[in-house]
Amino acid sequence: MSEQTVERGITSGAADAGAASAARAGAGGPTASTGAARRSGPTPGARLGRLADAAWRPTLVLLVIFAVWWFVADREYIANYLIPTPAQVWEKLTSEWDFLLENSLITLYETVLGFALAGAIGIASAVLITYSPTMERSIYPIVLFAQVIPKIAIAPLLAVLLGTGLAPKVVLAVLIAFFPVVVSGVTGLRSTDPELLDLSATMGAGPWKTFRKIRFPNALPHLMSGLKVAVTLAVTGAVVGEFVGASEGLGYVLLLASGNLDSALLFADLILMSIIGIVLFVLVEIAEALLIPWHASRRSGIPLTTS
Amino acid sequence: MTTAPSTVAATRTTGPAVEMTDLSVQFRSKRSRTVALTDITMRVEPGEFVSILGPSGCGKSTLLKIVAGLVRPTTGSASLMGQQVTRPQDKIGFIFQRAALLEWRGVRKNILLQAEMRGLDRKEAGRRADQLMEMTGLTGFENALPHELSGGMQQRVSLCRALLHQPPVLLMDEPFGALDALTRETLNTELNRIWRETGTTILLVTHSIAEAVFLGTRVEVMSARPGRIVRSLPVDLPAERVYADVMADERFDRLAAELRGMLGSGANH
Ligand SMILES: Nc1ncnc2c1ncn2[C@@H]1O[C@H](COP(=O)(O)OP(=O)(O)O)[C@@H](O)[C@H]1O
Ligand SMILES: [Mg+2]
Repeated sequence: MSEQTVERGITSGAADAGAASAARAGAGGPTASTGAARRSGPTPGARLGRLADAAWRPTLVLLVIFAVWWFVADREYIANYLIPTPAQVWEKLTSEWDFLLENSLITLYETVLGFALAGAIGIASAVLITYSPTMERSIYPIVLFAQVIPKIAIAPLLAVLLGTGLAPKVVLAVLIAFFPVVVSGVTGLRSTDPELLDLSATMGAGPWKTFRKIRFPNALPHLMSGLKVAVTLAVTGAVVGEFVGASEGLGYVLLLASGNLDSALLFADLILMSIIGIVLFVLVEIAEALLIPWHASRRSGIPLTTS
Repeated sequence: MTTAPSTVAATRTTGPAVEMTDLSVQFRSKRSRTVALTDITMRVEPGEFVSILGPSGCGKSTLLKIVAGLVRPTTGSASLMGQQVTRPQDKIGFIFQRAALLEWRGVRKNILLQAEMRGLDRKEAGRRADQLMEMTGLTGFENALPHELSGGMQQRVSLCRALLHQPPVLLMDEPFGALDALTRETLNTELNRIWRETGTTILLVTHSIAEAVFLGTRVEVMSARPGRIVRSLPVDLPAERVYADVMADERFDRLAAELRGMLGSGANH
């Protein structure tokens, strides 16, 4: 062993001991959790600062787009029946608010239902595919097939098959959204360290306990990114479903608006769709932060000790 | 440690703790066939500490996995605590080269995984986990996540987890291989004390000659692939090993030199 190694060993060993005693000293209460205290993360102020740092660039881009829009529409470089002015859109939003809110809630309901079903079906399929080679061979081709058929093209078919009610919209949302859930679920479940599975076997644990305590939590980070993609796709699915044989929902309002060349209503409708997508996405992000705090903290984590 | 009632009875059978008879292992794939182990016969009595030394790739990990029931031998058989090994064994504690911790659990909950998987009494297991953390210097880090810990501390957590249920046999696969020299010495001394206090039978795979001699009551030397046991040397040192004393002991030097001669330049230290 070289002298360098010894030296590194000494310094890091000292750091180790220092951290240990500091932690003990800090642990005043019976189980005062120094780890948790340490992980409680940055102060609110610092967090706000980071948020501002992350937000100012996109905000600037949005403001520029907004300014260009306003300029172009206000001067009527493009006719107002094609591009309305922001003021006209705002006018529409407020005067038609009840109508728009009612239709937004319908689309929101279809989206959430479709997303929830896509999540459940997607996770169940991922588990079956991971655990059973037979299931993999029978389910995976179907999943892939469901992914490659253009969903917009089957919307009319669904309307014929399932009527004009809620069902075809939800089914379309599920069809569009569940693919990323399956793929991320399978990736996550397969990424389990084989040593952890060996370890589990030497603990006498059965497949269910191994799944619950090792495989599933291990798959969660992957799964959550799949769910984030899925939730935005579910909005698209619900709206496309409303294009065909519907009498309510933001998709239906969109057709209505374009049929009447009511560009202000069209823009207001688009804005509401985007808001639904963004709100749902943020909700999934919050769920992620609550479910897997360890993952976030690992990304920004600084090791306590170095040896 | 000494007073806690055993969860898995520290069995006092008269037979060997581990026995391997005419073992061989082949790994077959479509393209190739690897003979990982041949002609392995080994007998480990209860309370022994057997160090297994050999060049990398000679099948040391495979050997431990056979004892644990994680790999089936192609021919021959293994038995653990008098019973034929035919499936994964739970009368053992297994320590991997990498600590193999659950990154989403804090230190204490990682240790208690052992109890949860086995359905042991929670309170009792919690008390034992606290004792073990105290013994290995982890007190104060109960809730720290693995990525916040140094490699040495992660391996301590792994050790606590493997000892929680008081297994009669401990299998260790190069547990300290990735650690710096000083941390390694500290953990070696701790391991020696644990072994003396618990009477656990230990099989330790290592590529460090010093570690093999310092810890073992016997050193088994394996040859390069296909792995076979080429020598078995008893270590004539007292049970309690103190680092400075052992290093200064001429018996240590003699054994280490002999082992180094056998292994050539393949081993460290
Ligand atoms: N599951 C496996 N499939 C195929 N070959 C394997 C497998 N496990 C180990 N081997 C091969 O067996 C030999 C011994 O491996 P291992 O027991 O890990 O050696 P060691 O631990 O001594 O370094 C190596 O050549 C390795 O490539
Ligand atoms: Mg190995």
